[in-house]
Amino acid sequence: MTTTTPNRIADVLARHEQPILEDWLREQLAALSARQDLISEVDLRRQSTEFLTHFTPACRTGNLTDITTPEWKPGCDFLGDVSRSRAIQGFSPSETATFVFSLKQPLFSRLRQELGTDAAALAEEMWSATVLLDKLGLYTTEVYQKAREEVIKRQQIEMLELSTPVVKLWDGIIALPLIGTLDSGRTNVMMENLLQNIVATGSSIAIVDITGVPTVDTLVAQYLLKTVSAARLMGAECIISGIRPQIAQTMVHLGVEFGNVVTKASLADALAYAFRQIGCSITKSAPRA
Amino acid sequence: MERIPILKVGEFLLVSIQVDMHDRLALSLQDDLTAQVVAARAKGVLIDISSLDMVDSFIGRMLGNMAAMTSALGAEAVVVGMQPAVAITIVELGLALTNVRTALNVDKGMALLQTLVHESSVIDSHEFHEK
Amino acid sequence: MNSTKSKTLALRSCEDIVHVRQAVRAWMVERQFSLVDQTKMVTAASELARNSVDYAGDGTAQIDLLEECDRIGIRVLIEDYGPGIANIEQAMTDGFSSGQGMGLGLGGSKRLVDDFEIWSEPGKGTRVSITRWK
Repeated sequence: MTTTTPNRIADVLARHEQPILEDWLREQLAALSARQDLISEVDLRRQSTEFLTHFTPACRTGNLTDITTPEWKPGCDFLGDVSRSRAIQGFSPSETATFVFSLKQPLFSRLRQELGTDAAALAEEMWSATVLLDKLGLYTTEVYQKAREEVIKRQQIEMLELSTPVVKLWDGIIALPLIGTLDSGRTNVMMENLLQNIVATGSSIAIVDITGVPTVDTLVAQYLLKTVSAARLMGAECIISGIRPQIAQTMVHLGVEFGNVVTKASLADALAYAFRQIGCSITKSAPRA
Repeated sequence: MERIPILKVGEFLLVSIQVDMHDRLALSLQDDLTAQVVAARAKGVLIDISSLDMVDSFIGRMLGNMAAMTSALGAEAVVVGMQPAVAITIVELGLALTNVRTALNVDKGMALLQTLVHESSVIDSHEFHEK
Repeated sequence: MNSTKSKTLALRSCEDIVHVRQAVRAWMVERQFSLVDQTKMVTAASELARNSVDYAGDGTAQIDLLEECDRIGIRVLIEDYGPGIANIEQAMTDGFSSGQGMGLGLGGSKRLVDDFEIWSEPGKGTRVSITRWK
């Protein structure tokens, strides 16, 4: 290993820090010209300056190939933070990686200045710098990806919660109209949601309406039964409505036993039942003209 | 040793389980409750488990026992405040708890006790008159 | 699979069962597992810890926080040198109990967790491992 080579890059960085920073900023602003809305020049300058405070000392250690070592930790952590915040802010992956890659040009031009006459040395330095900045750039992309995935996961959960709304039909009667295909993830969320709602509203009857559910397989049927059992344990009653003829047939064929669970063909029937249970009766009087 | 307090509320007893019970504590609660039901001539017992964040088969059995013992002593028992996560877990675990009456909260539990006690006293007076 | 945090508790008395429950709950709260996940895991751990205390009395519970590249999990390993289980399959069926229990401990615990492993030899002891992933 040649001991003089690694320090060239660090030397160049130290000697030309300010000009490199200015050039680097110019490159970034040019690449991000459309994204002034997401990050201001002031913040960009601050991020770039801080990165250099980690980058230069790490280069000086002589290790330009392995960024998983402790000397590169501050730099990688900082890059991680930058990537994560850009992922959340809505930058694209290349806009995020640009932060690192746009440092190449300013660095190379200073290296050329210093080593212009020594072609072999210049080639070696530029190669080391390229490999290093590529690794760091790829690292930002990885962190970015992970952060985006977390955002998506969170949005999926929010959508799940939105799509299983519990509505209050009357004092003490709530309903959960399910729409669309039920998978185990969704049914789980729905179950927890409904039970928590029962406690929050102090409702004695919950109606789960499956009119909008095209198919019910054994797994879904089991979840429904579990929900009913759990509600009963808590001291409330849970009834299932909206069971269409095809679903009734499927369930019998599958051997699903609804035993002592109250089921009704329509939400209207379920509501009438619920009123009777809570001791309410409906009287008809002359409609208002 | 710590004991779970049992409060007298009119003709009923209220037990509020607020700590993470270890087995010995649960057993002494059973003893205390049966003794109190007799001593206070309570007509009903309300067991509040709204602070219990876990019910395993032992605690489930204990709740079932308390309900059965109370019933054997001629009083009614209602368990209230089961948390949703606990209910879901009990169902998955397969705990039956069939002989235990439940209500959503203390208010509803009290109302249920009143109904149950009133019903049984109506039956009692009915039988008395027929004799 | 990496264990990022590990803790071993004794399983000798009924108070120890509470300690195991509290330790599992605390770590799951810290790592933001959902409430239902927490309750299921704590209940399963409680069932198995109780089995160990009741039948052996010399066991340990080792709790580990696990980290794989895309998920985190919590594992409880309960080991003892008790009488062991002669017929594991039978022991895992609901309703079967050799003691005073409702016979739900093993089979029920399995339903509450994601991964379940059991080794047992009569006269030698028992090891049960349960894991829940976030």
